[in-house]
Amino acid sequence: MALLSANSVSVFRDSRLVLDGVDMSVDRGEIVTIVGPNGSGKSTLLETLIGAIRPDRGKVVRAPKLRIGYVPQSLHIDPSMPMPVHRFLALPHPHDRLSRARALAQVGLSDAVEDQPMTGLSGGQFQRVLLARAILMEPDLLVLDEATRGLDQPGTAAFYEIVEDLRQVLNCGVLMVSHDLHVVMSASDRVICLNGHICCHGTPEIVASAPEYRALFGMGTRGTLALYRHTHDHAHDADHNCGHDHSHGDGDHHAG
Amino acid sequence: MLDDFLIRAAIAGVGVAVAAGPLGCFIVWRRMAYFGDATAHAALLGVALSFAFSFSLFAGVLAVALVLSLAVTGLSARGYPVDTLLGVFAHGGLAVGLVVMALIPGLRVDLMGVLLGDILAVGKADLAVIWTGAALVLGLLAWRWAPLLTATLNADLAHASGIDPRREQLILTVALAVVVAVSLKVVGALLISAMLIIPAATVRPLARTPEWMAALAVAAGALSALLGLWLSMVADTPTGPSIVAVATGLFALTAGVRARRG
Repeated sequence: MALLSANSVSVFRDSRLVLDGVDMSVDRGEIVTIVGPNGSGKSTLLETLIGAIRPDRGKVVRAPKLRIGYVPQSLHIDPSMPMPVHRFLALPHPHDRLSRARALAQVGLSDAVEDQPMTGLSGGQFQRVLLARAILMEPDLLVLDEATRGLDQPGTAAFYEIVEDLRQVLNCGVLMVSHDLHVVMSASDRVICLNGHICCHGTPEIVASAPEYRALFGMGTRGTLALYRHTHDHAHDADHNCGHDHSHGDGDHHAG
Repeated sequence: MLDDFLIRAAIAGVGVAVAAGPLGCFIVWRRMAYFGDATAHAALLGVALSFAFSFSLFAGVLAVALVLSLAVTGLSARGYPVDTLLGVFAHGGLAVGLVVMALIPGLRVDLMGVLLGDILAVGKADLAVIWTGAALVLGLLAWRWAPLLTATLNADLAHASGIDPRREQLILTVALAVVVAVSLKVVGALLISAMLIIPAATVRPLARTPEWMAALAVAAGALSALLGLWLSMVADTPTGPSIVAVATGLFALTAGVRARRG
């Protein structure tokens, strides 16, 4: 049985149809990515799947006792709230020091960050702590909503490498939404291209060559896929400066 | 011991601080300061209604505070801006309360007492109400602490963990209504939200975790109550405003230290 599935889910917002009869599912052990242009309903779909929005038509079916580890696209912590990393990791359930350190290690952080305030972390560290919190939930399904927004390209690639590893280690399903087409496409088992309805879906190669996908994202996609493979070979930790420049520009020169 | 009005006043003041400290932290974290203000101001309508229909002051204020918060929550879901709604209810409640009081024949309410508190007139029954309310609020917050923190950080994070942020919001709303109802006699309708916000803001630079901030806010609130009481004795100043003045002084102190540290 699928961990999570949407059956003909439609959602209206301000009497505008945002999601139109969406059918999809995620199984244990697979990475499914939702791509789509701005305003295509990606975030609405994710919010519906985690239960924040009730669908107007159709329904969302979750496996019994499904545990979701959710990584939001951004998390604003009001400066009026003191929130050190160790305290954040304990929301909503406390964990012992050892499990916290293990989760931090899994996302490539040392447990020295535990006592730092969340607001003092760098963008890359912050997203990794969010991921560590999700790991501590012992999730059946990891849900990532544009979790790498604001990270540079090597940082993004490193982040998704961690996610790929976690799928094995945690034996969970992964559902993510992303703008980082090039990285995401090849990290995924299945890609769902959304624009209010599902335009096309399948393996990354199938989706990338589908006319519907090309109509939405243009012809450069092949190029960005190639770019991804190129950068991926070089990918290194965002917080580790190896002293030479790996910038690959915006990728256009790889497109041909 | 409880026969001394000063002792009763001190116990009442500390009781309010115990409930207002932790709740005030949530008010500050969630930027609900104006919400607290509106609830407190509208409490005046509760005072008027409880006189008009001769039921207990506590019940009247509690009922009006609850209706107000539910109305604000309900209407804001229908697209009204929250700050507009709060502006309407805060001043509407205050004004309608005053009008209703004027309409009740033969009623002579100590208006200053309702607006600014009358802590020196707190009786043994009031003490029981204040501490019962404080225990209720503390219990509620302790029971829901982790879900409340999660929902305060991010609504989607809460949903994904199986927490309904609307329910947590409702719990805070109920706690706020209780705090307003029990604090009315101590600091008055105009100054209740000061006891919620100032202690929490005062201890923010000293706290490293949410739990510490809540505990320290209780301490700051209690210290303000006791020092304010003392100040009003020696300087013969109105007690409610004296307590809030001391709280403001403490805030200036920690804010100054923080600014100096850079």
